[in-house]
Amino acid sequence: MTVQLRGVTAGYGDRLVLHDCDLSLAAGEVVSVVGPNGAGKSTLLRVIAGLVAPRGGTASLDGTPVGALRRADLARRVAVVPQSFETLFPFTVRELVALGRTARLDLLGRSSPDDAAAVVRAMETLELTVLAERRVDQLSGGERQRVVLAMALAQETAVLLLDEPTVHLDPAHQLATIALMRRLARERGLAVLAVVHDLTLAALADRVVVLAAGRIVRDGSPLDVIDAELVREVFGPGWHVAVHAGRPLVHPDLGH
Amino acid sequence: MLDALAGRGDAVTTTIVRDLRLPRVLAAALVGGALAASGALLQGLLRNPLADPYVTGASAGGALGAVGALALAGAAAPTLVPVAAFAGALAAVALVWRIARLGGPTTILTVLLGGIVLTSFAGAIVTLIIVASDRLSLRLRALLDVLVGGVAVRDPGELAAAAAIVAIGLAGALALAPRVDAYAFGEETAATLGVDTERTTLAVLVVTALLTGAAVALAGLVAFVGLVVPHAVRGLLGARHRPLIGASFLAGAAVLVLADLGARIALAPAELPVGVITGAVGGPFFLALLARTRRVAR
Repeated sequence: MTVQLRGVTAGYGDRLVLHDCDLSLAAGEVVSVVGPNGAGKSTLLRVIAGLVAPRGGTASLDGTPVGALRRADLARRVAVVPQSFETLFPFTVRELVALGRTARLDLLGRSSPDDAAAVVRAMETLELTVLAERRVDQLSGGERQRVVLAMALAQETAVLLLDEPTVHLDPAHQLATIALMRRLARERGLAVLAVVHDLTLAALADRVVVLAAGRIVRDGSPLDVIDAELVREVFGPGWHVAVHAGRPLVHPDLGH
Repeated sequence: MLDALAGRGDAVTTTIVRDLRLPRVLAAALVGGALAASGALLQGLLRNPLADPYVTGASAGGALGAVGALALAGAAAPTLVPVAAFAGALAAVALVWRIARLGGPTTILTVLLGGIVLTSFAGAIVTLIIVASDRLSLRLRALLDVLVGGVAVRDPGELAAAAAIVAIGLAGALALAPRVDAYAFGEETAATLGVDTERTTLAVLVVTALLTGAAVALAGLVAFVGLVVPHAVRGLLGARHRPLIGASFLAGAAVLVLADLGARIALAPAELPVGVITGAVGGPFFLALLARTRRVAR
């Protein structure tokens, strides 16, 4: 499945957040979105997820405008891993992962054996099987992050959108999450778009898109996009960009 | 007593059991069940274990509707009361939903504040109606029932109508339950999971208002049943809303039948409004719950 944004302008109320954005995302591709706070990264994901309608331009999935799809149809094509994963209710891990099948419930709200199997597969992928019957309020932050990832995987969509999926994770789990995204793209042909703050982690994607003040200012391979000039322009001074094993490596430069 | 229930006992006992006690027990069960089921549904929609028809102002809105109907409609009042209570409850729930959505991450606080504002606003209007209308002297007792909570069955038709409304509301609540589960991480995530959130939200508000309106029409303002019962049931059965709503309905019915029994015998021969019992028991429970939720939220 291909996601296509053409000249998208979007915002909330009087405030425009995105201006004239062009972006394409193909099956089997991992694309990371970077940019300063308030650059419009989350809004970009929300336009693709159909949560914010473009004011101008078009957002489409395989040529169909996102706005023309019903919510349930959209949920079978695009899954979103939410930024917040707090719930005050004592759901079990299995119950939360099963929420990924909401769009496929029948009229009476019943699930099928296919749904149960998809839930089991998603929990296996995220190594949650042993925690399946555990209540979510007894899990660590990293485990809960994996639960919402599994919930999105259980939707079995062709497109996966993630808003800062690594933000609550320790370095080992950050790396594991990025590795998982790459594996899902390679093995299952998923189109993955992730907002990532850490530039070195972002550079592990196939492509990097840079948003600044609501505009896409760069879009290309990590090595082409993340260089000293761009980092200074977009994120300010105080950074050093090296190249290691064919990928850019961004680290603070306190001697600046 | 069982003989009387079956119509085989002596005439006086039969009349007392079948015409006075039974309707009142049924009414209490309906009220408790309806409040607990709508509490469970509201808590799911607002993602807030402290929400219920009473603290969100839905009951107060319903009471305002009921008092307004009693005051203004005169002889037509008995049939109008449930409808007016439904309309008042619907307006109140819709308003609280708007307020909660403005709140962002501080939903719990904004919902409770919205409920307080609504409750005192509706209370002020109710007081105004009582003071301003000299036609009300005859119905003072009925108005008092609406305000402080007393299970009263004025005629069998009213009970049947309320039972039908509660049955529709309960069926609606159970039908909506799986989609309300999807609100676990908020409205936006419910949408990305495939829920048409605008329609679902509207449906939940209507169902809540149906259940609350029927309860208010039968028993006036009964505090805390809608809050405490779903909370206790959730602790035992888990968070999924279909079993939660069904079990809350049964548990709420049992709790209010007992509370009504307590209200009848505590100061016998004088009778307490059942709202006094649920308020006195539920208030401290609510405070303990509030303290615990604040700890968890940190």
